[in-house]
Amino acid sequence: MTATIERGSATAPVTSPAKASPPSTPKKTGGFLGSSNGKKVVMAVTGAIMVGFLALHMLGNLKIFLGNDSFNEYAHALRTLGEPLVPYRTVLTVLEAILLISVVLHMWAAISLARRAGRARPVKYVAKKSQAQGYTTHIMRWGGVTIALYLVWHLLDLTFGVVNPKGFDSSPADRMIAGFQPERWWVTLIYVIALVMVGLHLRHGLWSGFQTLGWAKDRRRTLKLAAGAVSAVIVLGFLAPPIAIMIGFGK
Amino acid sequence: MNLTLKAWRQSGPKDSGRMVTYQAKDVSPDMSFLEMLDVVNEQLILAGDDPIAFDHDCREGICGMCGMVINGVAHGEQRATTTCQLHMRHFEDGATVTIEPWRAAPFPVVKDLVVDRSAFDRIIQAGGFVSVPAGSAPDAHSLPVRKEDADDAFDAATCIGCGACVAACPNGSASLFTAAKITHLSLLPQGQPERIARAKSMVDQMDAEGFGGCTNTGECTAVCPKGIPLDTIARMNSDYLKANAK
Repeated sequence: MTATIERGSATAPVTSPAKASPPSTPKKTGGFLGSSNGKKVVMAVTGAIMVGFLALHMLGNLKIFLGNDSFNEYAHALRTLGEPLVPYRTVLTVLEAILLISVVLHMWAAISLARRAGRARPVKYVAKKSQAQGYTTHIMRWGGVTIALYLVWHLLDLTFGVVNPKGFDSSPADRMIAGFQPERWWVTLIYVIALVMVGLHLRHGLWSGFQTLGWAKDRRRTLKLAAGAVSAVIVLGFLAPPIAIMIGFGK
Repeated sequence: MNLTLKAWRQSGPKDSGRMVTYQAKDVSPDMSFLEMLDVVNEQLILAGDDPIAFDHDCREGICGMCGMVINGVAHGEQRATTTCQLHMRHFEDGATVTIEPWRAAPFPVVKDLVVDRSAFDRIIQAGGFVSVPAGSAPDAHSLPVRKEDADDAFDAATCIGCGACVAACPNGSASLFTAAKITHLSLLPQGQPERIARAKSMVDQMDAEGFGGCTNTGECTAVCPKGIPLDTIARMNSDYLKANAK
């Protein structure tokens, strides 16, 4: 004897998934560097390289307080680093190349992530209120642009001497002292604004890098405090020489 | 209490949509936000108008269906609260309230305040599961789990998948959702075998859906009705890096 069991709609066979809308994964992700997480890792690593550079650059700048000769010797030592094993300026050129690559990659990742973010929200909110108390996070992109523009000025001023009163054929200390004289107060002003932007950028960027690399678990509060402290030290360390020179140091 | 509502009206996916102003009269402060909308909708229906469509189900804050951006904040300004659990007593009499749907390309508007969150389902399908032999439930003490891990896993598992994190994120990123799902499985022994592959496939699916990248702004966790912590994103990043290092 056979019984026919009629299936109700609740127990009806599930329609094959082929008929249902297929999971939409047509877009290729483009590997690690194509992924949003991969780009964030690029930001974190290149950012760390640049922070390392900033810290050394700041310490180097402070040598001006030990006298012009000390500062010039330091500048010379950077160029003769590794001699006589390697020719003049080899190590410095390699470091400069690493920094240039870092800046370019950092900007590439930032632009690409910003564009992805733009595509992810085609229709903007009529009203939008930020809920996280972190204004620094909202100025990362334009802050970065500001820093990039400043970097151009800074290189023209103190590295190539194009916009410096002493020009290229002068000692680094002379360029620095001449660059921040009181009558060039606006240079110091540019410098101060740029450094505040650098500080705010680092304030978020420093701990953010740890988060991106997955090292911020259970210690975000500490990392954020440390990021604030390191940013403050870097900003103050950089601001000390130009402000001291403007108010009369080194005459 | 009386309120002026500015609500997003969009008749369908193809419609461009617009904000429309309504008057909500005689609202009880004890109503939930959704009950207030129910009353407004009844009036709209009586007037022969189309009611404002919105998603809702359990109305007790655990299903993740409801969600709208109220006055610029996902689920409204009350912290750790879903829209259905938000009460009108938190609004001032005579106030103007803007109501918008979640805004993200991977969450297309179906109608008015209803968005299609299937993208979340596809992220889960990509790896938000554990492959275990089915059968009767194992004894509770057969697999020891550290108390800290159990707590963190449970915190992450409270994610109801409402999408507020995406709505609040300036980048339209689904990182908090994906990270919560990855974390609650990767902290438990059952989740270990697929742990690394899971992080990669879920993050890749998140990207493929068109969500933005995380910039650690913390907007997501601030509006999350379950308060999922940013730590989950650090865990996701860590697993994703390990997956790519292989």
